[in-house]
Amino acid sequence: MALYSEKVMDHFTNPRNVGVIEDADGIGEVGNAKCGDIMRIYLKIDDGIVKDAKFETFGCGSAIASSSMATEMIKGKPIANALALTNKDVVDALDGLPAHKLHCSVLAEEAIKLAVQDYYEKIGLEYDKSGFPDCENCQTCKECR
Amino acid sequence: MKVYADNAATTKMSRTAIDAMLPYLDKFYGNPSSLYSIGQEAAEAMQNARETMARCLGCEAREITFTSGGSEADNQAIISAAVLGEKKGKKHIISTAFEHHAVLHTLNRLEKQGFEITLLDVHENGVVTPEEVASAIRDDTCLVTIMYANNEIGTIQPIAGIGEVCKKKGVLFHTDAVQAAGHLHIDVKAQNIDMLTLSAHKFHGPKGIGALYARRGIPLTNIIEGGAQERGKRAGTENVASIVSMAAAFEEACDHIDENAKKISALRDKLIDGLSKIPHSVLNGDREKRLPGNVNFCFEGIEGESLLLLLDQKGISASSGSACTSGSLDPSHVLLAIGRPHEIAHGSLRLTLCEWNTEEEVDYMLQVIPEVVSYLRSISPIWRDLAANKKQFIL
Repeated sequence: MALYSEKVMDHFTNPRNVGVIEDADGIGEVGNAKCGDIMRIYLKIDDGIVKDAKFETFGCGSAIASSSMATEMIKGKPIANALALTNKDVVDALDGLPAHKLHCSVLAEEAIKLAVQDYYEKIGLEYDKSGFPDCENCQTCKECR
Repeated sequence: MKVYADNAATTKMSRTAIDAMLPYLDKFYGNPSSLYSIGQEAAEAMQNARETMARCLGCEAREITFTSGGSEADNQAIISAAVLGEKKGKKHIISTAFEHHAVLHTLNRLEKQGFEITLLDVHENGVVTPEEVASAIRDDTCLVTIMYANNEIGTIQPIAGIGEVCKKKGVLFHTDAVQAAGHLHIDVKAQNIDMLTLSAHKFHGPKGIGALYARRGIPLTNIIEGGAQERGKRAGTENVASIVSMAAAFEEACDHIDENAKKISALRDKLIDGLSKIPHSVLNGDREKRLPGNVNFCFEGIEGESLLLLLDQKGISASSGSACTSGSLDPSHVLLAIGRPHEIAHGSLRLTLCEWNTEEEVDYMLQVIPEVVSYLRSISPIWRDLAANKKQFIL
Protein backbone atom coordinates (compact mmCIF):
# COMPACT_ATOMS: atom_id res chain seq x y z
CA MET A 1 0.00 0.00 0.00
CA ALA A 2 1.22 3.45 -0.85
CA LEU A 3 1.90 5.97 1.90
CA TYR A 4 -0.57 8.46 0.41
CA SER A 5 -3.88 8.25 -1.47
CA GLU A 6 -3.97 9.00 -5.20
CA LYS A 7 -5.69 12.30 -4.42
CA VAL A 8 -2.86 13.35 -2.10
CA MET A 9 -0.25 12.40 -4.68
CA ASP A 10 -2.17 14.29 -7.37
CA HIS A 11 -2.37 17.47 -5.27
CA PHE A 12 1.25 17.05 -4.19
CA THR A 13 2.70 16.56 -7.66
CA ASN A 14 0.36 18.99 -9.45
CA PRO A 15 -0.45 21.46 -6.71
CA ARG A 16 -3.23 23.94 -7.49
CA ASN A 17 -2.91 27.60 -6.52
CA VAL A 18 0.82 27.64 -5.81
CA GLY A 19 2.29 31.09 -5.58
CA VAL A 20 1.82 34.56 -4.21
CA ILE A 21 -0.89 37.20 -4.48
CA GLU A 22 1.12 40.41 -4.52
CA ASP A 23 -1.78 42.63 -3.43
CA ALA A 24 -3.36 40.07 -1.11
CA ASP A 25 -6.17 41.25 1.16
CA GLY A 26 -5.21 38.74 3.83
CA ILE A 27 -2.14 36.59 4.53
CA GLY A 28 -2.05 33.75 7.06
CA GLU A 29 1.05 31.84 8.10
CA VAL A 30 1.30 28.88 10.47
CA GLY A 31 3.92 26.39 11.59
CA ASN A 32 7.61 26.95 12.06
CA ALA A 33 10.73 25.86 10.30
CA LYS A 34 12.00 24.02 13.34
CA CYS A 35 9.04 21.64 13.14
CA GLY A 36 9.53 21.21 9.43
CA ASP A 37 6.25 22.79 8.27
CA ILE A 38 5.41 26.33 7.27
CA MET A 39 2.28 27.17 5.35
CA ARG A 40 1.45 30.64 4.04
CA ILE A 41 -1.91 31.38 2.44
CA TYR A 42 -2.78 34.51 0.47
CA LEU A 43 -6.38 35.59 -0.11
CA LYS A 44 -7.96 38.06 -2.49
CA ILE A 45 -11.33 39.04 -1.10
CA ASP A 46 -14.03 41.02 -2.82
CA ASP A 47 -17.56 41.66 -1.63
CA GLY A 48 -17.33 38.94 1.02
CA ILE A 49 -16.18 36.35 -1.52
CA VAL A 50 -12.77 34.66 -1.68
CA LYS A 51 -11.95 35.63 -5.26
CA ASP A 52 -8.54 34.02 -5.24
CA ALA A 53 -6.39 31.94 -2.93
CA LYS A 54 -2.74 31.01 -3.28
CA PHE A 55 -0.24 29.24 -1.08
CA GLU A 56 3.43 28.62 -0.41
CA THR A 57 4.42 25.63 1.71
CA PHE A 58 7.65 24.35 3.20
CA GLY A 59 6.86 20.85 4.33
CA CYS A 60 6.14 17.27 3.48
CA GLY A 61 3.97 15.88 0.71
CA SER A 62 0.82 15.94 2.80
CA ALA A 63 1.38 19.57 3.83
CA ILE A 64 1.69 20.61 0.19
CA ALA A 65 -1.35 18.52 -0.81
CA SER A 66 -3.40 19.91 2.10
CA SER A 67 -2.60 23.50 1.07
CA SER A 68 -3.51 22.75 -2.51
CA MET A 69 -6.82 21.10 -1.63
CA ALA A 70 -7.79 23.66 1.01
CA THR A 71 -7.23 26.60 -1.35
CA GLU A 72 -9.29 24.82 -4.02
CA MET A 73 -12.12 24.33 -1.53
CA ILE A 74 -12.44 27.99 -0.58
CA LYS A 75 -11.90 29.68 -3.93
CA GLY A 76 -15.04 31.44 -5.12
CA LYS A 77 -16.81 30.80 -1.82
CA PRO A 78 -18.10 33.31 0.74
CA ILE A 79 -15.79 34.11 3.66
CA ALA A 80 -18.18 32.27 5.99
CA ASN A 81 -17.53 29.06 4.06
CA ALA A 82 -13.77 29.59 4.23
CA LEU A 83 -14.01 30.04 8.00
CA ALA A 84 -16.19 26.95 8.31
CA LEU A 85 -13.64 24.73 6.54
CA THR A 86 -12.30 22.16 8.98
CA ASN A 87 -9.21 20.02 8.76
CA LYS A 88 -11.51 17.02 8.54
CA ASP A 89 -13.09 18.47 5.39
CA VAL A 90 -9.61 18.72 3.88
CA VAL A 91 -8.68 15.18 4.93
CA ASP A 92 -11.92 13.78 3.52
CA ALA A 93 -11.45 15.62 0.25
CA LEU A 94 -7.97 14.10 0.01
CA ASP A 95 -9.36 10.59 0.63
CA GLY A 96 -7.56 10.47 3.97
CA LEU A 97 -4.10 11.16 5.39
CA PRO A 98 -1.91 8.85 7.50
CA ALA A 99 -2.54 9.40 11.24
CA HIS A 100 0.83 11.07 11.89
CA LYS A 101 0.16 13.52 9.02
CA LEU A 102 -3.21 14.81 10.21
CA HIS A 103 -1.56 17.93 11.66
CA CYS A 104 -0.79 19.02 8.07
CA SER A 105 -4.51 19.41 7.43
CA VAL A 106 -4.84 21.37 10.69
CA LEU A 107 -2.19 23.76 9.39
CA ALA A 108 -4.28 24.36 6.26
CA GLU A 109 -7.43 25.10 8.27
CA GLU A 110 -5.55 27.46 10.58
CA ALA A 111 -3.66 29.27 7.81
CA ILE A 112 -6.96 30.08 6.10
CA LYS A 113 -8.49 31.34 9.35
CA LEU A 114 -5.43 33.51 10.02
CA ALA A 115 -5.57 34.93 6.49
CA VAL A 116 -9.22 35.90 7.03
CA GLN A 117 -8.33 37.37 10.42
CA ASP A 118 -5.56 39.39 8.77
CA TYR A 119 -8.14 40.67 6.29
CA TYR A 120 -10.51 41.65 9.11
CA GLU A 121 -7.70 43.47 10.90
CA LYS A 122 -6.68 45.29 7.70
CA ILE A 123 -10.18 46.58 7.01
CA GLY A 124 -10.69 47.33 10.69
CA LEU A 125 -13.66 45.04 11.11
CA GLU A 126 -14.96 44.13 14.58
CA TYR A 127 -15.00 40.34 14.97
CA ASP A 128 -15.14 37.61 17.57
CA LYS A 129 -11.51 36.53 18.19
CA SER A 130 -12.54 33.26 19.84
CA GLY A 131 -13.17 31.61 16.48
CA PHE A 132 -9.55 32.05 15.38
CA PRO A 133 -6.41 30.02 16.16
CA ASP A 134 -4.46 31.16 19.20
CA CYS A 135 -0.93 30.70 17.92
CA GLU A 136 0.65 32.21 21.02
CA ASN A 137 -0.64 29.38 23.17
CA CYS A 138 -0.63 26.55 20.63
CA GLN A 139 0.39 23.29 22.27
CA THR A 140 1.68 21.73 19.05
CA CYS A 141 4.06 24.57 18.38
CA LYS A 142 5.18 24.63 22.01
CA GLU A 143 6.26 20.99 21.73
CA CYS A 144 8.36 21.96 18.74
CA ARG A 145 10.09 24.94 20.28
CA MET B 1 15.56 5.68 -15.41
CA LYS B 2 15.35 3.75 -12.15
CA VAL B 3 18.13 4.46 -9.63
CA TYR B 4 18.40 2.66 -6.32
CA ALA B 5 20.48 4.98 -4.15
CA ASP B 6 19.56 3.78 -0.68
CA ASN B 7 22.11 1.03 -0.10
CA ALA B 8 22.64 2.11 3.51
CA ALA B 9 19.00 1.22 4.16
CA THR B 10 19.35 -2.16 2.51
CA THR B 11 20.92 -3.74 -0.54
CA LYS B 12 19.74 -5.97 -3.34
CA MET B 13 20.90 -9.53 -2.75
CA SER B 14 23.75 -10.74 -4.93
CA ARG B 15 23.36 -13.75 -7.18
CA THR B 16 26.07 -15.43 -5.08
CA ALA B 17 24.06 -14.90 -1.90
CA ILE B 18 20.81 -16.15 -3.43
CA ASP B 19 22.44 -19.22 -4.97
CA ALA B 20 24.15 -20.01 -1.68
CA MET B 21 20.91 -20.03 0.27
CA LEU B 22 18.63 -22.00 -2.07
CA PRO B 23 19.88 -25.56 -1.31
CA TYR B 24 19.21 -24.93 2.38
CA LEU B 25 15.59 -24.12 1.69
CA ASP B 26 14.63 -27.17 -0.34
CA LYS B 27 17.38 -29.78 -0.03
CA PHE B 28 19.26 -29.53 3.24
CA TYR B 29 16.33 -28.21 5.20
CA GLY B 30 17.02 -30.26 8.31
CA ASN B 31 17.35 -28.78 11.77
CA PRO B 32 21.07 -28.45 12.50
CA SER B 33 20.46 -29.82 16.00
CA SER B 34 19.10 -33.11 14.57
CA LEU B 35 21.41 -36.08 14.31
CA TYR B 36 20.24 -37.53 10.96
CA SER B 37 22.10 -36.59 7.84
CA ILE B 38 20.04 -33.70 6.45
CA GLY B 39 20.27 -32.10 9.85
CA GLN B 40 23.99 -32.68 10.09
CA GLU B 41 24.52 -31.38 6.56
CA ALA B 42 22.86 -28.16 7.65
CA ALA B 43 25.04 -28.07 10.77
CA GLU B 44 28.16 -28.52 8.66
CA ALA B 45 27.16 -25.74 6.28
CA MET B 46 26.61 -23.48 9.26
CA GLN B 47 30.04 -24.33 10.65
CA ASN B 48 31.63 -23.54 7.27
CA ALA B 49 29.76 -20.24 7.24
CA ARG B 50 31.04 -19.45 10.72
CA GLU B 51 34.59 -20.14 9.62
CA THR B 52 34.19 -17.93 6.55
CA MET B 53 32.86 -15.07 8.65
CA ALA B 54 35.72 -15.51 11.13
CA ARG B 55 38.33 -15.51 8.38
CA CYS B 56 36.98 -12.24 6.97
CA LEU B 57 37.03 -10.59 10.40
CA GLY B 58 40.37 -11.99 11.57
CA CYS B 59 38.93 -13.97 14.47
CA GLU B 60 38.12 -17.57 15.41
CA ALA B 61 34.90 -19.31 14.35
CA ARG B 62 33.87 -19.86 17.95
CA GLU B 63 33.92 -16.13 18.52
CA ILE B 64 31.01 -15.63 16.09
CA THR B 65 27.39 -15.75 17.28
CA PHE B 66 24.66 -15.60 14.66
CA THR B 67 21.78 -13.24 15.47
CA SER B 68 18.63 -11.99 13.79
CA GLY B 69 20.50 -8.89 12.64
CA GLY B 70 22.35 -5.78 13.69
CA SER B 71 19.88 -4.57 16.32
CA GLU B 72 19.91 -7.85 18.24
CA ALA B 73 23.71 -8.05 18.10
CA ASP B 74 24.04 -4.45 19.36
CA ASN B 75 21.59 -5.17 22.19
CA GLN B 76 23.38 -8.35 23.20
CA ALA B 77 26.87 -6.84 23.11
CA ILE B 78 25.91 -3.86 25.25
CA ILE B 79 23.83 -5.80 27.73
CA SER B 80 26.57 -8.43 28.09
CA ALA B 81 29.15 -5.74 28.86
CA ALA B 82 26.75 -4.08 31.32
CA VAL B 83 26.16 -7.36 33.16
CA LEU B 84 29.92 -7.92 33.44
CA GLY B 85 30.48 -4.34 34.54
CA GLU B 86 27.79 -4.42 37.18
CA LYS B 87 29.38 -7.49 38.79
CA LYS B 88 32.55 -5.44 39.27
CA GLY B 89 30.67 -2.33 40.35
CA LYS B 90 31.49 -0.59 37.07
CA LYS B 91 28.43 1.17 35.76
CA HIS B 92 29.73 3.78 33.34
CA ILE B 93 29.45 3.44 29.55
CA ILE B 94 30.92 5.68 26.86
CA SER B 95 29.33 6.09 23.45
CA THR B 96 28.59 8.85 20.96
CA ALA B 97 25.58 11.05 20.34
CA PHE B 98 25.06 9.75 16.80
CA GLU B 99 24.93 5.98 17.28
CA HIS B 100 22.17 3.88 15.77
CA HIS B 101 19.03 3.64 17.90
CA ALA B 102 19.76 -0.05 18.54
CA VAL B 103 22.66 1.25 20.64
CA LEU B 104 21.16 4.48 21.98
CA HIS B 105 17.89 2.95 23.12
CA THR B 106 19.71 0.09 24.84
CA LEU B 107 21.85 2.67 26.63
CA ASN B 108 18.72 4.61 27.63
CA ARG B 109 17.36 1.48 29.21
CA LEU B 110 20.60 0.89 31.12
CA GLU B 111 20.57 4.50 32.28
CA LYS B 112 17.16 3.89 33.86
CA GLN B 113 18.71 0.90 35.61
CA GLY B 114 21.36 3.06 37.22
CA PHE B 115 24.14 3.14 34.64
CA GLU B 116 25.80 6.40 33.79
CA ILE B 117 26.15 7.10 30.07
CA THR B 118 28.61 9.55 28.52
CA LEU B 119 27.84 10.44 24.92
CA LEU B 120 30.88 11.94 23.21
CA ASP B 121 30.54 14.93 20.93
CA VAL B 122 31.02 13.98 17.28
CA HIS B 123 31.92 17.51 16.13
CA GLU B 124 30.80 19.13 12.91
CA ASN B 125 32.76 16.62 10.81
CA GLY B 126 31.13 13.61 12.48
CA VAL B 127 34.33 12.03 13.82
CA VAL B 128 35.42 11.36 17.41
CA THR B 129 39.08 11.11 18.39
CA PRO B 130 40.82 8.37 20.42
CA GLU B 131 42.08 11.13 22.73
CA GLU B 132 38.51 12.14 23.58
CA VAL B 133 37.67 8.52 24.30
CA ALA B 134 40.76 8.22 26.50
CA SER B 135 39.89 11.27 28.56
CA ALA B 136 36.30 10.10 29.05
CA ILE B 137 37.35 6.71 30.43
CA ARG B 138 37.02 6.45 34.23
CA ASP B 139 37.82 3.76 36.79
CA ASP B 140 34.21 2.62 36.67
CA THR B 141 33.89 2.51 32.87
CA CYS B 142 32.81 -0.95 31.73
CA LEU B 143 32.25 -0.36 28.00
CA VAL B 144 33.08 1.91 25.10
CA THR B 145 30.64 1.42 22.22
CA ILE B 146 31.32 3.49 19.11
CA MET B 147 30.12 2.78 15.62
CA TYR B 148 32.62 1.94 12.89
CA ALA B 149 30.93 4.18 10.34
CA ASN B 150 27.81 6.29 10.69
CA ASN B 151 24.69 5.11 8.89
CA GLU B 152 23.45 8.54 7.89
CA ILE B 153 26.49 10.66 7.14
CA GLY B 154 28.94 7.82 6.49
CA THR B 155 31.77 9.15 8.63
CA ILE B 156 34.41 6.57 9.60
CA GLN B 157 35.65 6.54 13.20
CA PRO B 158 39.29 5.90 14.19
CA ILE B 159 38.50 2.36 15.33
CA ALA B 160 42.06 1.04 15.72
CA GLY B 161 43.01 4.09 17.78
CA ILE B 162 39.98 3.73 20.02
CA GLY B 163 40.66 0.00 20.35
CA GLU B 164 44.21 0.71 21.46
CA VAL B 165 43.06 3.22 24.06
CA CYS B 166 40.48 0.78 25.43
CA LYS B 167 42.97 -2.08 25.56
CA LYS B 168 45.47 0.06 27.43
CA LYS B 169 42.82 1.12 29.95
CA GLY B 170 41.33 -2.37 30.26
CA VAL B 171 37.85 -1.37 29.07
CA LEU B 172 35.71 -3.48 26.71
CA PHE B 173 35.29 -2.01 23.25
CA HIS B 174 32.26 -2.77 21.08
CA THR B 175 31.74 -1.37 17.60
CA ASP B 176 28.55 -1.37 15.57
CA ALA B 177 30.08 -2.17 12.16
CA VAL B 178 26.77 -2.61 10.33
CA GLN B 179 27.62 0.04 7.74
CA ALA B 180 31.29 -0.85 7.54
CA ALA B 181 31.29 -4.64 7.21
CA GLY B 182 31.94 -5.68 3.64
CA HIS B 183 32.88 -2.12 2.70
CA LEU B 184 35.90 -1.32 4.89
CA HIS B 185 38.75 -3.58 6.00
CA ILE B 186 38.16 -5.08 9.42
CA ASP B 187 40.68 -7.02 11.50
CA VAL B 188 39.31 -7.36 15.01
CA LYS B 189 42.61 -8.53 16.51
CA ALA B 190 44.79 -5.85 14.92
CA GLN B 191 42.20 -3.17 15.76
CA ASN B 192 41.71 -4.40 19.35
CA ILE B 193 37.97 -4.79 18.92
CA ASP B 194 36.38 -6.87 21.70
CA MET B 195 32.90 -7.06 20.22
CA LEU B 196 31.56 -6.23 16.78
CA THR B 197 28.11 -6.15 15.20
CA LEU B 198 27.35 -6.77 11.54
CA SER B 199 24.25 -7.28 9.42
CA ALA B 200 24.02 -9.27 6.16
CA HIS B 201 21.57 -7.12 4.23
CA LYS B 202 23.99 -4.21 4.08
CA PHE B 203 26.40 -6.18 1.88
CA HIS B 204 24.04 -7.91 -0.57
CA GLY B 205 23.06 -10.67 1.85
CA PRO B 206 19.57 -11.47 3.15
CA LYS B 207 17.59 -9.46 5.72
CA GLY B 208 16.97 -10.85 9.20
CA ILE B 209 20.44 -12.24 9.78
CA GLY B 210 23.53 -10.79 11.41
CA ALA B 211 26.42 -11.70 13.62
CA LEU B 212 28.06 -10.68 16.85
CA TYR B 213 31.77 -11.21 17.22
CA ALA B 214 32.79 -11.42 20.86
CA ARG B 215 36.41 -12.05 21.81
CA ARG B 216 37.00 -15.39 23.51
CA GLY B 217 36.66 -14.96 27.24
CA ILE B 218 33.85 -12.42 27.09
CA PRO B 219 30.75 -14.22 28.39
CA LEU B 220 27.62 -13.18 26.51
CA THR B 221 24.30 -12.65 28.26
CA ASN B 222 21.30 -14.15 26.49
CA ILE B 223 18.72 -11.86 24.96
CA ILE B 224 16.71 -14.86 23.78
CA GLU B 225 16.36 -17.78 26.17
CA GLY B 226 15.54 -21.33 25.16
CA GLY B 227 17.52 -24.10 23.49
CA ALA B 228 21.28 -24.59 23.43
CA GLN B 229 21.92 -23.16 19.97
CA GLU B 230 24.94 -20.89 19.49
CA ARG B 231 26.70 -22.45 22.49
CA GLY B 232 23.67 -21.61 24.59
CA LYS B 233 24.04 -17.88 23.97
CA ARG B 234 21.26 -17.40 21.44
CA ALA B 235 18.31 -19.74 21.52
CA GLY B 236 16.12 -20.58 18.53
CA THR B 237 16.54 -22.90 15.56
CA GLU B 238 19.21 -21.37 13.37
CA ASN B 239 18.29 -19.57 10.15
CA VAL B 240 20.61 -21.87 8.21
CA ALA B 241 19.83 -20.66 4.69
CA SER B 242 20.39 -17.04 5.66
CA ILE B 243 23.53 -17.84 7.64
CA VAL B 244 25.07 -19.64 4.65
CA SER B 245 23.96 -16.83 2.37
CA MET B 246 25.39 -14.14 4.66
CA ALA B 247 28.78 -15.86 4.72
CA ALA B 248 28.82 -16.14 0.91
CA ALA B 249 27.90 -12.46 0.56
CA PHE B 250 30.45 -11.37 3.16
CA GLU B 251 33.24 -13.37 1.55
CA GLU B 252 32.42 -11.93 -1.86
CA ALA B 253 32.31 -8.38 -0.47
CA CYS B 254 35.61 -8.80 1.38
CA ASP B 255 37.31 -10.36 -1.67
CA HIS B 256 36.39 -7.30 -3.78
CA ILE B 257 36.60 -4.66 -1.09
CA ASP B 258 39.34 -2.52 -2.67
CA GLU B 259 38.08 -2.58 -6.25
CA ASN B 260 34.52 -1.85 -5.08
CA ALA B 261 35.69 1.01 -2.87
CA LYS B 262 37.64 2.51 -5.75
CA LYS B 263 34.69 2.33 -8.12
CA ILE B 264 32.04 3.48 -5.65
CA SER B 265 34.05 6.35 -4.21
CA ALA B 266 34.66 7.72 -7.71
CA LEU B 267 30.88 7.81 -8.24
CA ARG B 268 30.40 9.30 -4.77
CA ASP B 269 32.91 12.06 -5.43
CA LYS B 270 31.26 12.97 -8.72
CA LEU B 271 27.90 13.15 -6.95
CA ILE B 272 29.32 15.28 -4.11
CA ASP B 273 31.04 17.66 -6.52
CA GLY B 274 27.87 18.01 -8.57
CA LEU B 275 25.49 18.55 -5.68
CA SER B 276 27.88 21.03 -4.03
CA LYS B 277 27.04 23.39 -6.90
CA ILE B 278 23.49 23.75 -5.59
CA PRO B 279 23.53 27.11 -3.78
CA HIS B 280 22.91 27.16 -0.02
CA SER B 281 23.65 23.49 0.44
CA VAL B 282 26.16 21.64 2.60
CA LEU B 283 27.74 18.19 2.64
CA ASN B 284 27.14 16.50 5.98
CA GLY B 285 30.10 14.65 7.47
CA ASP B 286 33.81 14.66 6.80
CA ARG B 287 34.61 14.60 3.10
CA GLU B 288 37.64 12.29 3.41
CA LYS B 289 36.83 10.00 6.34
CA ARG B 290 33.63 8.67 4.82
CA LEU B 291 32.19 5.44 3.47
CA PRO B 292 32.85 4.90 -0.23
CA GLY B 293 29.14 5.06 -1.07
CA ASN B 294 27.78 7.77 1.23
CA VAL B 295 26.53 11.17 0.09
CA ASN B 296 24.52 13.30 2.51
CA PHE B 297 23.49 16.91 1.88
CA CYS B 298 21.28 19.54 3.47
CA PHE B 299 19.50 21.98 1.19
CA GLU B 300 18.25 25.13 2.86
CA GLY B 301 14.60 26.14 2.47
CA ILE B 302 13.11 22.76 1.62
CA GLU B 303 11.81 19.74 3.50
CA GLY B 304 13.16 16.25 2.94
CA GLU B 305 10.02 14.18 2.62
CA SER B 306 8.63 16.16 -0.30
CA LEU B 307 12.07 15.91 -1.90
CA LEU B 308 12.04 12.12 -1.55
CA LEU B 309 8.53 11.81 -2.97
CA LEU B 310 9.42 13.85 -6.03
CA LEU B 311 12.66 11.92 -6.53
CA ASP B 312 10.69 8.68 -6.27
CA GLN B 313 8.44 9.92 -9.06
CA LYS B 314 11.57 10.39 -11.16
CA GLY B 315 12.65 6.83 -10.35
CA ILE B 316 15.24 7.68 -7.68
CA SER B 317 15.10 5.85 -4.33
CA ALA B 318 16.79 7.90 -1.61
CA SER B 319 16.34 8.75 2.05
CA SER B 320 16.24 11.76 4.36
CA GLY B 321 16.73 12.66 7.99
CA SER B 322 13.61 14.81 7.94
CA ALA B 323 11.18 14.41 10.85
CA CYS B 324 8.34 13.85 8.41
CA THR B 325 9.93 10.64 7.15
CA SER B 326 10.29 9.25 10.64
CA GLY B 327 6.90 10.21 12.03
CA SER B 328 8.47 12.07 14.96
CA LEU B 329 8.70 15.79 15.58
CA ASP B 330 12.46 15.95 15.57
CA PRO B 331 14.70 15.54 12.54
CA SER B 332 17.64 13.13 12.49
CA HIS B 333 19.56 12.91 15.77
CA VAL B 334 22.70 12.43 13.68
CA LEU B 335 22.33 15.76 11.89
CA LEU B 336 21.49 17.48 15.18
CA ALA B 337 24.59 15.86 16.73
CA ILE B 338 26.86 17.43 14.10
CA GLY B 339 25.30 20.79 14.91
CA ARG B 340 22.83 21.29 12.08
CA PRO B 341 19.90 23.41 13.27
CA HIS B 342 16.43 21.80 13.06
CA GLU B 343 15.30 23.79 10.04
CA ILE B 344 18.40 22.74 8.09
CA ALA B 345 18.26 19.12 9.21
CA HIS B 346 14.70 18.83 7.85
CA GLY B 347 16.06 19.44 4.36
CA SER B 348 18.49 16.54 4.21
CA LEU B 349 19.04 14.00 1.46
CA ARG B 350 21.04 10.78 1.78
CA LEU B 351 22.17 8.93 -1.33
CA THR B 352 24.06 5.70 -0.74
CA LEU B 353 25.69 3.86 -3.61
CA CYS B 354 26.94 0.35 -4.23
CA GLU B 355 29.16 -1.22 -6.88
CA TRP B 356 26.15 -1.75 -9.14
CA ASN B 357 25.37 1.91 -9.51
CA THR B 358 26.65 3.44 -12.75
CA GLU B 359 28.02 6.74 -13.93
CA GLU B 360 24.88 7.20 -16.07
CA GLU B 361 22.81 6.94 -12.89
CA VAL B 362 24.98 9.54 -11.17
CA ASP B 363 24.59 11.85 -14.19
CA TYR B 364 20.84 11.33 -14.08
CA MET B 365 20.70 12.17 -10.35
CA LEU B 366 22.82 15.26 -10.97
CA GLN B 367 20.31 16.36 -13.57
CA VAL B 368 17.16 15.63 -11.53
CA ILE B 369 18.10 16.64 -7.98
CA PRO B 370 18.96 20.30 -8.67
CA GLU B 371 15.69 20.66 -10.62
CA VAL B 372 13.62 19.19 -7.80
CA VAL B 373 15.41 21.27 -5.13
CA SER B 374 14.86 24.38 -7.15
CA TYR B 375 11.15 23.56 -7.71
CA LEU B 376 10.56 22.98 -3.99
CA ARG B 377 12.34 26.21 -3.18
CA SER B 378 10.06 28.02 -5.63
CA ILE B 379 7.00 27.02 -3.57
CA SER B 380 8.63 27.47 -0.14
CA PRO B 381 7.72 30.50 1.97
CA ILE B 382 11.05 30.16 3.79
CA TRP B 383 12.95 30.37 0.53
CA ARG B 384 10.93 33.44 -0.50
CA ASP B 385 11.90 35.19 2.74
CA LEU B 386 15.54 34.17 2.38
CA ALA B 387 15.70 35.31 -1.23
CA ALA B 388 14.03 38.61 -0.31
CA ASN B 389 16.60 39.18 2.48
CA LYS B 390 13.85 39.07 5.11
CA LYS B 391 15.72 36.22 6.73
CA GLN B 392 19.40 35.35 6.93
CA PHE B 393 20.69 32.30 5.08
CA ILE B 394 22.19 29.74 7.43
CA LEU B 395 24.03 27.85 4.68
